[in-house]
Amino acid sequence: MKMNEELKNTLLGPLSKNNPIAVQVLGICSALAVTVELKPALVMGISVTIIVALANVVISLIRNTIPNSVRIIVQLVVVAALVTIVSEFLKAFAFDVSVQLSVYIGLIITNCILMGRLEAFAMSNKPGAAFLDGLGNGFGYAMILVFVAFVRELFGSGSLLGFQLIPQSWYEAGYVNNGLMMMPSMAMILLACFIWIHRSLDKDLQEKG
Amino acid sequence: MKFLKNIVDKLEPTFSEGGKLSKLHSVFDGFSTFLFVPNHTAKSGAHIHDAIDSKRTMITVVLALVPALLFGMWNVGYQHFLAIGQDVNFWEQFAFGLLAVLPTLVVSYVVGLGIEFIIAQIKGHEIQEGFLVTGFLIPLIVPVDTPLWMIAVATAFAVIFAKEVFGGTGYNIFNVALITRAFLFFAYPTAMSGDQVWVRTRDAFWWGAGEPINAFSGATPLGQLATSTEPVAAFHNIMGDPIGFWDGFLGLIPGSVGETSTLAILLGAALLIITNVASWKTMLSVFLGGAFMGLVFNTWGPDSAIANLPWYNHLVLGGFAFGAVFMATDPVTSARTETGKWIYGFLIGVMAIIIRILNPGYPEGMMLAILLMNIFGCLIDYFVVQSNITKRLKRTTIK
Repeated sequence: MKMNEELKNTLLGPLSKNNPIAVQVLGICSALAVTVELKPALVMGISVTIIVALANVVISLIRNTIPNSVRIIVQLVVVAALVTIVSEFLKAFAFDVSVQLSVYIGLIITNCILMGRLEAFAMSNKPGAAFLDGLGNGFGYAMILVFVAFVRELFGSGSLLGFQLIPQSWYEAGYVNNGLMMMPSMAMILLACFIWIHRSLDKDLQEKG
Repeated sequence: MKFLKNIVDKLEPTFSEGGKLSKLHSVFDGFSTFLFVPNHTAKSGAHIHDAIDSKRTMITVVLALVPALLFGMWNVGYQHFLAIGQDVNFWEQFAFGLLAVLPTLVVSYVVGLGIEFIIAQIKGHEIQEGFLVTGFLIPLIVPVDTPLWMIAVATAFAVIFAKEVFGGTGYNIFNVALITRAFLFFAYPTAMSGDQVWVRTRDAFWWGAGEPINAFSGATPLGQLATSTEPVAAFHNIMGDPIGFWDGFLGLIPGSVGETSTLAILLGAALLIITNVASWKTMLSVFLGGAFMGLVFNTWGPDSAIANLPWYNHLVLGGFAFGAVFMATDPVTSARTETGKWIYGFLIGVMAIIIRILNPGYPEGMMLAILLMNIFGCLIDYFVVQSNITKRLKRTTIK
C-alpha cells in the first residue's frame, strides 16, 4: 500500500506540486518558443513526454553500469538517440508541424527537464518508477504548454488548432487580434500568471517572508 | 467648505471599523481626502513633515497637463475640419476635439480607477492616488482614433502588470502610462502607427461628418521623414503644404493628442518647475541629449531624410517634448540623485534620436527610450552613490 502511494506521488506530483515549469522553472525557452499555436505545443508536449519517459527507463536500466565520471555523456547519448527517432518520425508523418517546430525538437536534448529527471530520479530508481516519473513530468510540461498556447492562439490569431473561433462579425465590428500574444514576451507574462494563480491556490508553495 | 466638512464628518462613523459600510472604508477615505487634508498621521518610524503630499503633487501635474490637453483638443478639431475641407470657427473646432477626446479620458479613468478601487479593497489599504496622473496621461499619448476598447484593455494590463504586481503606486519600475502605450503599440500596431490614425476623418457623436479631400495625407512629420526615399529633410502638413520648425513648436501638426504643441507643454513645464514638482535637470538634460545626438547625425550620419533633419526640429516633433517634461521626470521611475538625473535625462534624449534615425520601423523613439532608461534609473543612482562613497572614503583615509 505504501509503495502504491509513493508511485502515485511520482506520477501525479509533477502535475501540480512539483511541476517542472511552474514550480521548478525548468524548460522555459521551449515553452516560450513553441506556444504561438496550440498544435505545435501539443506535439511538443507529447514528444517531450515520450522522450523523457523512455530516457528515464533506459538510464534506469543501465544505472548500475554507468561509470560516475561519464554519466552525463551517457545520458546525452541516450537522449540524443531518442530525440533523433522522434524528429525523424515527425518529419515522416507530420511534416508541417515538424517545420513549425524547426530546431526546437532537436533542442529537446538540451531541455533542462530531461537532464534534471535523469540525474535526480532515473539514476537512483527502478525502471518502473522512472517510467512513471517521466510520464508525470512530461504531462506536467505539456499541461503548461497547452495552457499558454491556448491563450496565445485564441487571442493572438482568434482560432484554436487552426479553426477560427472568433466570428467574422466581431472583426467587422472592430475587433483586432492582439499582436503582443504572438511575441515570446507575452508567453512569459502568461507563464507568470499561471505561477501566480497556482501559488495563491496552494499554500505549500508560498514562500514565507 | 464647512457644509462639505459636515457631510464628511457625519458619514465617517458609517465607514470606520464596526460601521455598516466598513468594507468600503478605503473608498470613503479616497474621496474625503480629495476634499480635505487627511487628519491621520504616520504612527511609527521617522518621517519628514511637508505641506505637500502625493495627492497634492499629482494634482499639480494634472494642472500642468491641462494646457497640452486643451491645445490637443483644439488641434484634433482643427486637423479634422482641415482634412474634410470645411471652414469653421475656433469654438466649433474645439468642441469637435472635446467630443472626440473626452471618451478616451473617461474610459482610461473608469478602467484604471476601477481596478485601483478593487485592489485597494482586496488588499485592505487606502486607495493609492497614482492613477490620477496616469489616467490623464493615457489619452494624451495615443492617437485620437484609438478604439476605446483597446484603451480599456491596455490600461487594465498596465495597471495590473506594470504597477499592482510590483506593489502599487511608488513601487513600479516602468512608467505606467508608457506601458499602456507600449502595449497598444505592440498588440495593435495598425491602430498606433501608419498614416491613417493621427487625424480623425470620421464624425464625433454624429457631428462633423465629411469626406477627406483629395490632397489629404494623414502622415505625421516624423512618419513622412521615416518613409521618405529622398535625403531631403522636408515635411508637410496634412494638406501637402510644406511646414517647418514653428509649426512643430506651436503644434499645428498631426500626432498623438497631447504631444503636438511644444509651447503648451512648456507652459506645463514652467508650472512643474516653479512648484518644484518635477526636476528641471531631467527636462533640460533630455533636450540636451536629443540636441547632441541630432547634431551628431547631422554631421556624420547616413544620408537619409530623417538623419538630415536639423537637430532643433527633432526637439519639437513627435513626443519628444512631452516625454521630456511629463514622462522622464516621473519621480518613481527616474533616477533620484542629482547627478543621476543629468545622466538619466541625457541618455533618454540620445536613445530617442538614435531609435528615430537608425530604426526605420519606429519613426518615434521617445517611448522606447524612456522605458529603456526606466530600467537603468536605479542602476545610475547606485553608481552615483557608490562613487560618492569612494570619494569620501579617500578623503578620510589617514596618510
